[in-house]
Amino acid sequence: MRGKELYFYRWRKVKDKGMTSLALFCVLLAVIPLFMIFFYTLAQGLGAINIDFFIQMPKPVGETGGGMANALVGTLILIGLGGLIGLPVGILAGIYLAEYGNNKFADAVRFFTDVLSGIPSIVVGVIAYILVVIPMKSFSALAGGVALGILMIPTITRTTEEMIRLVPQSFREAGLALGLPQWKTTLRIVLPTAMKGITTGVLLGIARAAGETAPLLFTALGNRFWSTSVKEPIASLTVFIYDYAKSPFEDWIQQAWAAALILILLIFLLNLIFRYATRGRYGEQQA
Amino acid sequence: MENSKPKTHVPLSKPIVAVHPEEVPLHGNIVSVKMIARDINAYFGKTHALRNVTLSVPEKRVTAIIGPSGCGKSTFLRCLNRMHEVAHGTMTGEIELDGHNVMEYDPVLLRRRVGMVFQKPNPFPTMSVFDNVAAGLRLNGRRDKTAIAETVEKSLRAAALWDEVKDSLPKSGISLSGGQQQRLCIARAIAVDPEVLLMDEPASALDPIATAKIEELIYQLKQNYTIVIVTHNMQQAARVSDHTAFFYLGELIEFDETKKMFTTPEKKQTEDYITGRFG
Repeated sequence: MRGKELYFYRWRKVKDKGMTSLALFCVLLAVIPLFMIFFYTLAQGLGAINIDFFIQMPKPVGETGGGMANALVGTLILIGLGGLIGLPVGILAGIYLAEYGNNKFADAVRFFTDVLSGIPSIVVGVIAYILVVIPMKSFSALAGGVALGILMIPTITRTTEEMIRLVPQSFREAGLALGLPQWKTTLRIVLPTAMKGITTGVLLGIARAAGETAPLLFTALGNRFWSTSVKEPIASLTVFIYDYAKSPFEDWIQQAWAAALILILLIFLLNLIFRYATRGRYGEQQA
Repeated sequence: MENSKPKTHVPLSKPIVAVHPEEVPLHGNIVSVKMIARDINAYFGKTHALRNVTLSVPEKRVTAIIGPSGCGKSTFLRCLNRMHEVAHGTMTGEIELDGHNVMEYDPVLLRRRVGMVFQKPNPFPTMSVFDNVAAGLRLNGRRDKTAIAETVEKSLRAAALWDEVKDSLPKSGISLSGGQQQRLCIARAIAVDPEVLLMDEPASALDPIATAKIEELIYQLKQNYTIVIVTHNMQQAARVSDHTAFFYLGELIEFDETKKMFTTPEKKQTEDYITGRFG
């Protein structure tokens, strides 16, 4: 190569390296807070984690030890109830918006879904309070589940819609050309193709709901005793963390850290389970 | 009202259609007609994609549709199995399958009789080779496992793919090569046992060897199926088809036996296009 060509060649190389490094730097910047949170929680909470922590009930003030078995089960029940509401509504709404949503009504639904995802979670708690707690005249797991379910809906709806839209039109046409009705094409061809992406949305929705404290404060309330009834107030990890972290007791604060760690690990575990359950047979499809 | 018209007195919108719409001459013999399109006008929104097209599709023959890009070939093909309306297109005129207006069919049932193969191979990515071929049967409610397995084998054999994939039936449909994928799509289309097979540039994304296989396959398939193939490749049209229709700017310019079209076309535009002077 002659001088000038060589110069441009080198300059291109420098630019290429520069941009790659910049991208890598930003990735690190993005994951650093995540790792800091995880390791700090680990450092603070690990000391309080033992078998008792998982199988014992909270101890009264002044007694040491105890656990948060009720809060762990409570969180699972609340996520389950929320999922029972949020998953079907969110996924079906997403399917509607993607496959049949070429009209004013769907535009309105899209708009209000976006608004809903921006509503502070404590307001959703108020809604659940009005809808469930007041008619039932009692705080309850059900009310908490309704609040979490409502919180899941926008995330799941919009991700489902986006993922279904990503499925190439050619698969829909192939299905229709085989003489399949539209609903079967959607259900048996489009939906499985978009499944991995939809799983991501579902997980985001569940993770968001699992980490919520505010909407649970006046719906599920919290409970220092064992309860699995949907009609009774129920404990949850987040409310447990909230109560213990603001207490003046050293061991309670450490237990709050431990509960936070468990919550992170729980979401991590749910993630793995969902991904395994909805893995494609061939590892096709991105997203 | 349109249906009650006696089939033999079809007014031709354009006298340039050289053949009688009911009986198409081929090598001196008269062949029967499977589908007839009369005065088709098709639109995408305000775009006028097809203008007054009248064309007969002979039974168990290969009809090729040629013409430059954007001339309405694909649109015409997609009118035949009402896929045009799936893309929110509109259409006027009449298309008949065995003498019945296709607009009176349930589009779902029509498409079981008029199958389609697309330009880009599109096997379902979540399904195995076997499941891809079985998809049309299973999703249409067939449960009998042995019958499905038999049909799958028969279809794969008919698509000249069986020997290549018989050991990899449980593998993903998209793990096959491009040419194999396209033959898989043909197998999938013929598994539901259609009468007409519409092919929209089925070989345009394939290399010459895979193309040759598809062409050989089309030749085999015409013993059982009526085939309409859209192609950009003039040699391909000349090799595989019995009749050729030339479209230009949404109009049917000429329709005749392929041999005649490629040797002594009546229209200057046809000759110019075939000899590569434009398009």
